[in-house]
Amino acid sequence: MSVRATARIVATRAGLPVLAGEGPLAVRRTRAEGPGSRVTVIGAMSAPLGGDRLAVEVAVREGARLTVDSAAATVALPGRRDGAEGPAHYDIRLTVADDARLNWLPQQLISAYRSELRMRTRVELAATARLVLREEQVLGRHGEPPGTLLSRLTVHRAGRPLLDQESAYGPGAPGGWDGGAVLGGYRAAGQLLCVAPGFDERPVEARMLGSTAVLTPLAGPGFLVTAVAPDALRLRRVLDGVLDRVLNGVPDGVRDERGNDVPDEALDAYR
Amino acid sequence: MAGAQAGRAALLVLADGRFPAGGHAHSGGAEQAVRAGRIRDAHDLAEYCRGRLHTAGLTAAALAAAAAGGLDPLELDAAADARTPSPALRATARRLGRQLMRAARATWPGPELTALATALPRGAHQPVVLGLTARSAALTPEDAAYCALYEAVSGPATATVRLLGLDPFEATAVLARLAPELDEAAARATARAARAAHEGTDVLPAAAGPLLDIAAEAHAAWPVRLFAS
Repeated sequence: MSVRATARIVATRAGLPVLAGEGPLAVRRTRAEGPGSRVTVIGAMSAPLGGDRLAVEVAVREGARLTVDSAAATVALPGRRDGAEGPAHYDIRLTVADDARLNWLPQQLISAYRSELRMRTRVELAATARLVLREEQVLGRHGEPPGTLLSRLTVHRAGRPLLDQESAYGPGAPGGWDGGAVLGGYRAAGQLLCVAPGFDERPVEARMLGSTAVLTPLAGPGFLVTAVAPDALRLRRVLDGVLDRVLNGVPDGVRDERGNDVPDEALDAYR
Repeated sequence: MAGAQAGRAALLVLADGRFPAGGHAHSGGAEQAVRAGRIRDAHDLAEYCRGRLHTAGLTAAALAAAAAGGLDPLELDAAADARTPSPALRATARRLGRQLMRAARATWPGPELTALATALPRGAHQPVVLGLTARSAALTPEDAAYCALYEAVSGPATATVRLLGLDPFEATAVLARLAPELDEAAARATARAARAAHEGTDVLPAAAGPLLDIAAEAHAAWPVRLFAS
């Protein structure tokens, strides 16, 4: 039997009036490192099988702060009847109100051999909302060929499109996905998105983070890190460098390919 | 669309690589891919072009088809911005859009082209201008999608002949073998553009290639280049 489950989280200034998991999606309040609430999606976030339909809905109300992370990587696996049940679907809806902030920091999504997953992330930001969103995709568990992974991230801010990115990797994707225009043989791809009103006045400057990652200012108030890497560990290292700076102000968070610090005070606009 | 539909001749004029819209100065990321060792021979070129066709090509084709079908070009321009996280590629798209606009207003002048040129004097995204040009030439949304897709692959193929000294016959054979996939992509882009007329620009494809975005910024930082992008 395929599984249908939706987890719902609502954060307000006062706390978490809604914190409801369902089926394999368990959500727990965990200890926040800074102000605001923290919720961890427990191990159950792993293993959507073919035919499953999972969803996570998060609303951060005016002035609230919320961090959502996960205890383990999500592993997309083939269905019990080996493909007959069709692809798995994973839908994420994030809404962030004015003066609110959301750090959406799940662990990696791993596309196991013969799996097929369609991931859809939709984000609605109010004009003064802040967002940090990390997304990492790993093709295949260690040493195995990838499954099929189709993913789309759509972000609106104040009702206008801010970022829309779609990726398709693996045997069920259109051709050329492993060529020099898309992945070029790399098996991990990730994005780190940061949006805050302060980036309007002080946009960050585009810069390379090594030879296969780049930090770019968007056409709106935010920036995106786009990275590919041979594996999950090296991908995480690149994204963490920027994340530490953005969230914690770690001064040497951003390094160029020689390992030298590249301070950019504009990154501090998030805090 | 106003008036009768144009025939194939107008499409040939618009799709011709010698149409004076500045495209010849751009390699579609191939210059950086050659330097990084990601294009070394005809096989690599084919995979590069195939990947570009189904990512940046499809996204551009749907925007062009939507503009040719009469969707609001300013809304499409905002959709193009959201689909282009690389500032180097946004600047390239607007520069090419500005150059195409100049050529389009000389060849198929019309009030919609003039209105877009007035609203965005520094240039709209090239696929939006391409679609509006097709519309002004009485071509169809599908014609506009074909032009965008063909540009997405012919640029790298032509550039690779110069960059690698690749046999021009081999480079053209790469393009010919991609033709069936290009036909499919044109049909997909056109269908999505038709849906966008009712459901909004969010249903347009947003397919992206991470290495295209990464390489575009790396390339923009070179002090001396053969190609502008």
